[in-house]
Amino acid sequence: MRMKMTGMLAGISLALSSGTSAFAQELTIFWAEWDPANYLQELVNEYAAETGVTVRVETTPWADFQTKAFAEFNAHGDAYDLVVGDSQWLGAGSEGGHYVDLTEFFEEHNLAEVFVPATVESYAEYPKASGKYWAIPTEGDANGWAYRKDWFEDPEEKAAFQEKYGYELGVPENYQQLRDIAEFFHRPDEGRYGIALYTDNSYDGLIMGVEQTIFTYGGELGDYETFQVQGITNSPENVQALEMYRELYQFTPPNWGKTFFLENNQAITEGLAAMSMNYFAFFPALANPATNPHADATGYFVNPPGPTGAHHAALGGQGMSIVSYSQNKEEAFKFLEWFIREDVQQKWAALGGYTCHAAVLESEEFRNATPFNEAFFQSMQIVKDFWAVPEYAELLTQMNTRVYPYVVGGEGTAEEALDGLATDWEETFKRYGRLD
Amino acid sequence: MTTIALERLDPSSRAAARGWSDLTIRNVFIIPTIVFLIVFNIFPLLYSLGYSFTDFRASVSAPANFVGLDNYKRLLSDPNIWRNFTVTAKYVIVSVGGQMIVGFGIALLLNRAFPFKGLFTTLLLLPMMMSMAVVGLFWKLLYDPSWGIINYALGLGRFDWLSNPDMALYAVAITDIWMWSPFVMLLSLAGLSAVPKHLYEAAAIDRASSWYTFTRITLPLVAPMLLIALIFRTMEAFKSFDLPFIMSGQPTTEVIAIRLYKMAFQEWQTGLSCALAYIMLIVVIAITNIYIKYLNRVKER
Repeated sequence: MRMKMTGMLAGISLALSSGTSAFAQELTIFWAEWDPANYLQELVNEYAAETGVTVRVETTPWADFQTKAFAEFNAHGDAYDLVVGDSQWLGAGSEGGHYVDLTEFFEEHNLAEVFVPATVESYAEYPKASGKYWAIPTEGDANGWAYRKDWFEDPEEKAAFQEKYGYELGVPENYQQLRDIAEFFHRPDEGRYGIALYTDNSYDGLIMGVEQTIFTYGGELGDYETFQVQGITNSPENVQALEMYRELYQFTPPNWGKTFFLENNQAITEGLAAMSMNYFAFFPALANPATNPHADATGYFVNPPGPTGAHHAALGGQGMSIVSYSQNKEEAFKFLEWFIREDVQQKWAALGGYTCHAAVLESEEFRNATPFNEAFFQSMQIVKDFWAVPEYAELLTQMNTRVYPYVVGGEGTAEEALDGLATDWEETFKRYGRLD
Repeated sequence: MTTIALERLDPSSRAAARGWSDLTIRNVFIIPTIVFLIVFNIFPLLYSLGYSFTDFRASVSAPANFVGLDNYKRLLSDPNIWRNFTVTAKYVIVSVGGQMIVGFGIALLLNRAFPFKGLFTTLLLLPMMMSMAVVGLFWKLLYDPSWGIINYALGLGRFDWLSNPDMALYAVAITDIWMWSPFVMLLSLAGLSAVPKHLYEAAAIDRASSWYTFTRITLPLVAPMLLIALIFRTMEAFKSFDLPFIMSGQPTTEVIAIRLYKMAFQEWQTGLSCALAYIMLIVVIAITNIYIKYLNRVKER
């Protein structure tokens, strides 16, 4: 019986090992289900034509993306050879041993200079300023704004605005103006509202909106190198920023308590709001008359500076990493060598991907290609991101728990929320041995 | 060594007619079931119990360290976890309470002969046959303050149901009541149809009031069925995840199952989430035991 079992096991392992080599000419990239993943599939079809290696982009809905990717990593599964992972995953991906170290690859191809420095720092390097790289910046993204040009340019509206606020109605030049414009257009009786914000607290929606305001007010989430949070997370600048976000929330459409990119695009397509916060990756749908009846009347602008002149945008986007458990690592490296080529990055941009390749991004051709590419280019120079430590998800939950009741429910004060958050984060960092 | 005497097969059964022995039946049906149960249920249950005493995180390659009762202490002293439990208790009371009243009420209305009774009963059962996710999504649309039919029908203007922290939990509970009242109705109908008619006739002869008949005859005799419905619905409501997760992001609707999901699959705090799962299991077992004791007492009566 034992002999029989051993024989069967040997047979199965032989079949499996021969199966693996049979699939060596195929690579699987895992990403979230959205338009850029479709553009990537179009791009990699060309790689197949050039090399004969088939590349498949496998996707899953956003809500499930993090869970599914990490479930596969944790099981040391080889279903995916590459993953286009969120910037916050770098810590968990590298410290957990799920990502292949790309430092040598980076140095060999001088990628720290070939790609825009802000994107390398955010999508590839972990820990910060360590010179260790884990991903190729793939889909650059930042949080920007879409607005109704026709409402802004209406002479009657302009005159009324000038009379009320004493300056001309136009693209907001700072957060005070953003607030004024939101207030001005907020007319619930007419079914028009001032502004659409991110408020979804199930993952990082709300946090991206809030952190962008914090950075813009000259604040920081904490010291990313020493992990000090007291006095930084709850600084007066941050309190002021959070109060502003809460104030802006008053001018959102009704039922705006759990909204993310989908709802914020709907705010424009359905003619609900004058201005809407969203990642640039979702703007192609707004520029397309088939999906946005107001496409011609939609304009785009970079997140305006704060009261001290600090000018930042929340980072979105992802970098592509090789999964440590892949059976086709060599083939994956070859693919990355192809992917970083300037001509390929040009094609990537032409298909609709947000390249992070400095030369392509800076080219006039790219910047004039869509109504929002210029704003995207400007935004990518000022991006800042959330913590990228392995316990980032706990930090997200804690921030959601502290900030959401204040922003959406008006409970307590901004100071109380941020004091509580600083305490939570300090306790978490101590637990993970990052703080004494 | 003692051998267990297996009951002999009924010679008239089909299995016996096919020539299956007791041993074959044990091998074909019972052993696989037990193996399945052990591999997929009991083993993970015990394994996760072990994890609940460690600081294990599935997302990192570091080994698990034994931390004793630290996870349990941390959870039980965390005010956020207590808030989640309070939200869950509120949700269970409102939604199960509502289901019992609505379900039993409909059953009383249906417990008489009228045309198309069967069709009516079947139609009333439809909500509980739907997928939770679909119910959550379309009730979200019904509640929409701008164009949802609920505000329109009730003349509430732009009343905010799901973004309002004070209202969101009730809004989700109403959806749960809509979905699961038919279940209570079904069990109640089964109980009601079993009440002997002669008791009502005797009550009528004695000129007992309808309230007296209801409280002294109907309710006591249907009580065991109602309690079974109560046990099932309480267990389910305690574990609720889908509806609150889909419909609202309010902290006031973050029931304990949502917190557990985030802890286990977003934050990957595997050891801690195992401990929380065990705390939940103990609470469910405790509540069910109380109900079962009460059920036995009612049955004895």
